Amino acid sequence: MTPVATSFFFYFLSALALSGGVLVITRRNPVHSALALILTLLALAGIYLMLYAPFVAGVQIILYAGGIMVLFLFVIMLVNVGRVEKEKQFNQQWIVSFVAALGLGILFVVIFTKSPLLRQIAQKPPAQLVESSNTQEIGNWLYGQYMLSFEIASLLLLVAIVGAVVMAKKRV
Amino acid sequence: MLDYITSYLNANVTPGQAGNMFWAFVYIMVVFLGISLAVVAMNWLERKALAHMQVRLGPMRVGPHGLLQPIADAIKLLLKEDIIPERADKAVFWLAPFMVVMAAFTTYIVVPFGPTHAITDMNIGILFMLGVSSLGVLGIVMAGWASNSNYPLIGALRSSAQMISYEVAMGMAVVSAVLMTSLNDKGIGTLSMIGIVQAQQEQGIWFVFKYFPLGLIAFVIFAIAMVAETNRAPFDLPEAESELTAGFHTEYSGFRWSLFMLGEYAAMIAVSSVAVTLWLGGWLRPFPNTLTGPGWDFLFSLFPGATFLLLAGFTFLGVMRMPKHPYFKIQTIGLGAFGGALGLIGLILFVPLVRDRVQDIYWFVAKVAVFMYLYIWYRATFPRYRFDQLMKVGWKVLLPTSIAALIATAIVGVVLK
Amino acid sequence: MPAITPIHYLILAAALFALGTIGVLTRRNVVIVLMSIELILNAVNLNLVAFSRLWGLQGQVFAIFVITDAAAEAAVGLGILIAFFRNKETINVDEVDLLKW
Repeated sequence: MTPVATSFFFYFLSALALSGGVLVITRRNPVHSALALILTLLALAGIYLMLYAPFVAGVQIILYAGGIMVLFLFVIMLVNVGRVEKEKQFNQQWIVSFVAALGLGILFVVIFTKSPLLRQIAQKPPAQLVESSNTQEIGNWLYGQYMLSFEIASLLLLVAIVGAVVMAKKRV
Repeated sequence: MLDYITSYLNANVTPGQAGNMFWAFVYIMVVFLGISLAVVAMNWLERKALAHMQVRLGPMRVGPHGLLQPIADAIKLLLKEDIIPERADKAVFWLAPFMVVMAAFTTYIVVPFGPTHAITDMNIGILFMLGVSSLGVLGIVMAGWASNSNYPLIGALRSSAQMISYEVAMGMAVVSAVLMTSLNDKGIGTLSMIGIVQAQQEQGIWFVFKYFPLGLIAFVIFAIAMVAETNRAPFDLPEAESELTAGFHTEYSGFRWSLFMLGEYAAMIAVSSVAVTLWLGGWLRPFPNTLTGPGWDFLFSLFPGATFLLLAGFTFLGVMRMPKHPYFKIQTIGLGAFGGALGLIGLILFVPLVRDRVQDIYWFVAKVAVFMYLYIWYRATFPRYRFDQLMKVGWKVLLPTSIAALIATAIVGVVLK
Repeated sequence: MPAITPIHYLILAAALFALGTIGVLTRRNVVIVLMSIELILNAVNLNLVAFSRLWGLQGQVFAIFVITDAAAEAAVGLGILIAFFRNKETINVDEVDLLKW
């Protein structure tokens, strides 16, 4: 099934994602930044759906927007320091870092639009990704060829759980 | 234009898969109105059923037997003053109820009322439902924080901690059910809601009875976790009125509070739909593969009309027991008209043309209604869990049991193939 | 309206990456720095999934691993933040300037 009105959805979702990104880095209140980040994550999930990646979109909504952001909001509420409201927001070297990061972004955009190799790659026909069996094929890849990475990722999660619990619990 | 509308009528897929935006919009409107009606009816049923279980009568004054009570409640809530605490964060305070309601209502996109009666059928249907219902936790956290007051903050933190703890056990139980869909010839399972019910139809058994008692264990774990997920009794410590002065929605009044209530009931119906789809065979009638044949089909197709006629019968019984006093004349006439309407719907459902089309929707809604009644029954019967007992049950009892059930299902499934 | 090529997705990912970098280098609040790191990881994910449209599903598998690692890293980072906050009562990156206290 070909997607309907792709360019409208792309521009709409990317506008949402970019405005969420700008709000994340500019709000004084960390809860507002967290909500803007949730907006960005949901917009990106929509973009993944447009890219024939429904499983990644579902994982993004469950893990990122529904898990990691809840963790962030919990921690923001637990370390709710009142004097955050009255302090300076940006640090001393904000001009240099702003120029440097903006320069990096412009460098990326120039490379992407001017490079002939990239244009040639982008013009080849898209791979035949069937949307209705996406999950099954990802399961085949995960448990077939990338089994070692899968096991290492689960070990990493175990280490992270143990580490976070040890660091954050009360010292009796 | 007209053939854009009529071209869908012969298609055999859901409107989302056919790409037909007009019919998708119609289905969305129908589902939205149906859920709102169900929430209103659920409000009335909860008060009446709780009251009868506690040997009292419940609302009797507003309409005949309190039938107009939800409408009176809605009018009262709409007309109440909208109080916002002075130092509350206004943007987040405004956004929190909408987040809860949107998360609850967006899950209905993939709920299958029939083989083609869903708004759409995503490849990741059950994953989408679990994910979007976990966005409701964010709304609750925002509500508690934005109120800028102690009780709502503690209530919100407790409520969201409880919800994310029981989501893990729910996920494991869901994985165990999805595992059972892959026990077909090709060895390929599916995450799509319609595909799960079709797998139950092909394998000839509802998943709650498959590999007894493994399917039953997974079903019971999901049934317990879904009650905790929606913050209902006996897991309603964060929002019970005697504990934390109504928890995260203390500072909300009027219409905003009714949005929270709407979101809570809609989430209850959504997770009940997940339980019905995954374990109880969705839209399939009882015994879909063992009792086949035109005789049995005809018998089971009489159930929708018979249900409504039974309800109409109870209503007329109530009419006859009304006091014979002139003050009650309007109520008696109203109740009689209500009974007449129910009877008329029942008779319409006996017409063969309507009868065949309404079968799937009726069985699905009937099973979800059983779950709703169970919710009310739990609330009347069980005492409340203390918060540490609640977390202990979630992490130390439900999660190991669900993982054990998953491993046992996988082993039995491989051995018996 | 020109057709949406993968270059469009790459430019969006580059913009998100730049915004995340600005956030990491500029803000003083530790939690917002961690959220900007999540923005950077999401930009990388978008890049991976956009290219997997051209070349097959390996990009999406990698994106799933990136999301998993982002979750682990956020958990550990916030644990460090809580442990630090218990000692020094501040969430300012400029005040994390002692190796031992």
